[in-house]
Amino acid sequence: MSDSSTSIQPLLEIKNLEVGFQTTEGIVPAVRGVDLTLMPGQTLAIVGESGSGKSTTAHAIINLLPGPGRITGGSIMFDGQELTSYSEKKMEEIRGRQIGFVPQDPMSNLNPVWSVGFQVEETIRANGIASGRKAVKAHAIQVLKEAGLADADKRLKQFPHQFSGGMRQRVLIGIGLSSRPKLLIADEPTSALDVTVQRRILDHLETLTRDIGTAVLFITHDLGLAAERAEQLVVMYKGKIVEAGPSKEILQNPVHPYTQRLVAAAPSLASRRIQSATHASASHALSDLEYAPTKVTEGLDLIAAAEERIEQQPKTKRPDAIVVKDLTKVYKIRGQGRGAAGELTASDAVSFSVEKGTTTALVGESGSGKSTVAKMILRLEDPTSGSIMIDGQDVAPLKGKALLDLRRRMQPVFQDPYGSLDPLRNIGNTIGEPLNTHKVGDRVSRKARVLELLDQVALPKTLITRYPNELSGGQRQRVAIARALALKPDIVVLDEAVSALDVLVQAQILKLLADLQAELELTYLFITHDLAVVRVIADNVCVMQQGKIVEAASTDDVFDSPKEQYTKELLNAIPGAGITLGV
Amino acid sequence: MSNNPPTQTHYVAPLEETPLVAIDTVNVGERPSNLWIDAWRDMRRRPMFWISSVIILLVVLVALFPNLFTSVPPNDNCVLSNSNGAPTAEHILGFTKQGCDVFSRIIHGTSTSLSVGIIVTVLTTVLGILFGMFAGYYGGWLDSVLSRAGDIFFSIPYILAAVVIMSVFSAYRNVFVISLAIGIFAWPATARVLRAEIMRVKNSDYVMASQALGVSRFRILLRHVLPNSIAPVIVVTTISLGAAIVAEATLSFLGVGLPNTTMSWGNDISAAQSDLRTAPQTLIYPSLALSITVLSFIMLGEVVRDALDPKARAQR
Amino acid sequence: MAGYILRRLLQAIPVLLGTTFLIYFMVFAMPGDPLLALFGDKTPSPALLESLRQQYHLDQPFIIQYFLYLGGIFHGDFGTSFSGEPVADILARTFPVTIRLAIMALIIEFVGGVLIGLVSGLRKGKLFDASALVVSLIFISLPIFVIAFVAQFIFGIQLGWARTTVSSGAPIQDLILPAFVLASITFAQIVRLTRASVIETQSLDFVRTAYGKGLSRRRIIPVHILRNSLIPVVTYAATDFGVLLVGATVTEGIFNVPGVGRTLYQAIVRGEGPTVVSFVTVMVLIYLVVNLVVDLLYGLLDPRIRYVK
Repeated sequence: MSDSSTSIQPLLEIKNLEVGFQTTEGIVPAVRGVDLTLMPGQTLAIVGESGSGKSTTAHAIINLLPGPGRITGGSIMFDGQELTSYSEKKMEEIRGRQIGFVPQDPMSNLNPVWSVGFQVEETIRANGIASGRKAVKAHAIQVLKEAGLADADKRLKQFPHQFSGGMRQRVLIGIGLSSRPKLLIADEPTSALDVTVQRRILDHLETLTRDIGTAVLFITHDLGLAAERAEQLVVMYKGKIVEAGPSKEILQNPVHPYTQRLVAAAPSLASRRIQSATHASASHALSDLEYAPTKVTEGLDLIAAAEERIEQQPKTKRPDAIVVKDLTKVYKIRGQGRGAAGELTASDAVSFSVEKGTTTALVGESGSGKSTVAKMILRLEDPTSGSIMIDGQDVAPLKGKALLDLRRRMQPVFQDPYGSLDPLRNIGNTIGEPLNTHKVGDRVSRKARVLELLDQVALPKTLITRYPNELSGGQRQRVAIARALALKPDIVVLDEAVSALDVLVQAQILKLLADLQAELELTYLFITHDLAVVRVIADNVCVMQQGKIVEAASTDDVFDSPKEQYTKELLNAIPGAGITLGV
Repeated sequence: MSNNPPTQTHYVAPLEETPLVAIDTVNVGERPSNLWIDAWRDMRRRPMFWISSVIILLVVLVALFPNLFTSVPPNDNCVLSNSNGAPTAEHILGFTKQGCDVFSRIIHGTSTSLSVGIIVTVLTTVLGILFGMFAGYYGGWLDSVLSRAGDIFFSIPYILAAVVIMSVFSAYRNVFVISLAIGIFAWPATARVLRAEIMRVKNSDYVMASQALGVSRFRILLRHVLPNSIAPVIVVTTISLGAAIVAEATLSFLGVGLPNTTMSWGNDISAAQSDLRTAPQTLIYPSLALSITVLSFIMLGEVVRDALDPKARAQR
Repeated sequence: MAGYILRRLLQAIPVLLGTTFLIYFMVFAMPGDPLLALFGDKTPSPALLESLRQQYHLDQPFIIQYFLYLGGIFHGDFGTSFSGEPVADILARTFPVTIRLAIMALIIEFVGGVLIGLVSGLRKGKLFDASALVVSLIFISLPIFVIAFVAQFIFGIQLGWARTTVSSGAPIQDLILPAFVLASITFAQIVRLTRASVIETQSLDFVRTAYGKGLSRRRIIPVHILRNSLIPVVTYAATDFGVLLVGATVTEGIFNVPGVGRTLYQAIVRGEGPTVVSFVTVMVLIYLVVNLVVDLLYGLLDPRIRYVK
């Protein structure tokens, strides 16, 4: 053993762990020979894309593998105990008491039919932390207070659906840490939350575990987040560890080509690096950096893509493609409780304009009204008041043929790759639908156009007879982009179009979008919650909060000198702050 | 594997162990597949699908060409001296109280049961699709009106409603009237299933994408929303065919179904009930025919449900 | 919760009006003499016809007839039976028997159905599960009267364990066989629904989290899996109560149980139209009340329903 020189024993030592899933075709391996060591009090992050085996590894430790999952080999030593040899009964002793667990999605991880207090109290009782009704209740209140719920005593009787996502995650963290475990497994604990909430909760988690002295095994897909929150980093790819070591070292000097790809494609890291680089260079211009991707990161490198984008952009001022003025949308909502009908102002006097051939990002957290604005511009919702001008033409009175013409010039790409394509229509029909609807050309020319579009989004022509369920998320988004481009529009509204994709695929799609913009002189309205992505793709940024635009400026200005407190918060929430990175 | 625990030092796996593969490559070798193609591939592997299909096919053949299956006329040649008689070589299932051939009556009664099943199912499916489709897709006041109407029809158990209707129309008891009487109160189940499914599907991004293309609302309903919502209706339809056959038999059993002169399984069971002790075969064989037919439809419905609903597939 | 109850009560009013109107419409809006149609091939005495004409206010315009009839229902006046006895009196006499039978059947189907469904769901794909699935399919396919006759034949005639008909006081031991028969129709559905619900709940995130926080399987199964799985089962039970009502009619008829169902059964078999209409109306009202009660129960079972909206 290499650490025989130190007297401290590792808290968790995984050796050659193999996990497989039983299917009708035999055992499919998910984790293939993972070695991992975690010292007491340390934080270690496992980073990887979906399907890399990172969550499976974490679940295997406390035997929470789903039905067909089995540990097929290797050993897991935890605090001097061989966990793989433990019966279910003995694992119950370990779980909760010695190893805490914080799951990913706060919305689905609390039982909706029991009160929050009940769910905290049953944990306390099961782990023997306290007994007797009063003591248990007192302890539950203390647990929740520690987790950051100030009015815990009042909220004990409430049900999960009466809590916000962030609050629920605090409850889950409280439950996970309630018995002061030696190890906490946190499986993407904040990826379902808004960025600012995410940051606050991770800060809190860090403080708590440091105070208790709990070691943390942190699972995440975000390399920047991992590096910021953990001393040690493990990168997983296809069930194996490809690179492991101290976080900073890996980030600054990634050796394995897969890690290099991840570093190049992570928006959080790219935006940080662009930021520090433009600060360093006298002209503040990204194009001066002369940054070049390496062979393995070709086509995935966000900085290179951003550079290229800026280079290809004409420098002359051009007319506005979209001008939005005082756009307001008020929804009538059914009253809460007392039966009184209320109103919700989803968009409150929003004004901005987008210059032809440029990209404007509309950034905000959930409920900020950014998608409502997009839908109104697309004429999918009618505004309560205000005006939208497309190429100098007021769109409100358009009907029939004129509206059809407008739709031809402006097309959307939506977020959910699994919902954006009709599962019962093949790819050829899906991409061809705009051509049919607008009666462009005859059958032969339409087919030729569909093939041309497939080529444009870098998909093989054979896909024309295939169905969406055979495609990956990224491929579906490519099809959605092809459909949007079919009518040769001037404007494309991208509503969280890359948010649901894995980082590498996301980087590819961002590159594709940038290439298409240069080639077809497209104007993009880019709706997103992720400021980091904005840094590499947008020229201008409008930050939205509660239906209002709180700050609007060029991307450089927003990043260099944010005026509003909220913008600063959003910027701070981009993971990877305080990590010095080479360009 | 290295001897060093990889987290202590900067560990890099040799590239040969996990060679990089191209990101997001398309698997071009596969055959095209969508929900329906997948469902068919799933179904044809299951013996239950083939068993139920073969039985249903047989029942349909019997209903269409009863004389292929028996040469004994069902009602002529009934001799009272054969009343409740035991099976003979020529009359394999014995005789009814009236001295008629049990087997022949079962064969000739098939078309009645099947016709009622089919007419009721067509009626409930058409009504259910119309109500469910418009209520779910257009929402608002139309939904309120249609759904409340559905609630009212749903609140009267359909067999009880049919009992009342058949009592009123006692002079007009035939296959069509009884099918109407059952179907007119049985459609809300279909409508509810379709409405819920349509409300889910209509919020899909692909519906919004078509809207943004300028496809008309009604066309979106027909081209995208309805095809994607119809799967659960098919399941309900298959199962309700069986239920309708049971309903007809129940009404005939209660004496408000088809007149005694019409040959039907329900009537034969009803007529045989008093002879349960002395001649159980007169009751058991028509019951068996009825149950096997219904079981086939319900089994087929189960197979279709499993094949169409990925959630149900996971539950197997 | 109070708001929820009030809303449900208000929602029940149009349905109540609608159903009674629909029944009345079916019977009395037909062309010709509705009373003669109701009697089919029977010829009632002129005196009875006259009293029925008064009872249904047939001399009034249709819509007024309906409201007078509805008013009667609210006063507990369901009309007069063929034999001349007020329907309300018959109800008072037969209702306790039916309630006894129904409660026995409900206990059998719920306790049995939920238990078997739970075990089936927890042991998905095992022998127990497979057999339960096959048996439940067969039960779903068998019409209630076939089940009743088979039960009579096997347990009453062949084995001699039970009486094939119930004696006049309808004692509990006589009701056991009819209760099992009555329970059998919805029993299979409850098994299948519970099983599906248990399997789905088992795979939900909060169950994994419950294991993760150190709870034992013995606690998780009742508190987290079964408790949540009951919600769809209870909803189903409400809508399927209609099947139970029809089942009660047939079962009571076959086993000669002196309850509401047998009265309706005999009226149907004898072709006594007006009595049939009265009793169907009563059953529909019972169905509405049961659905309302289950709706309220649903609010108790699922806090999301209770507080939201």
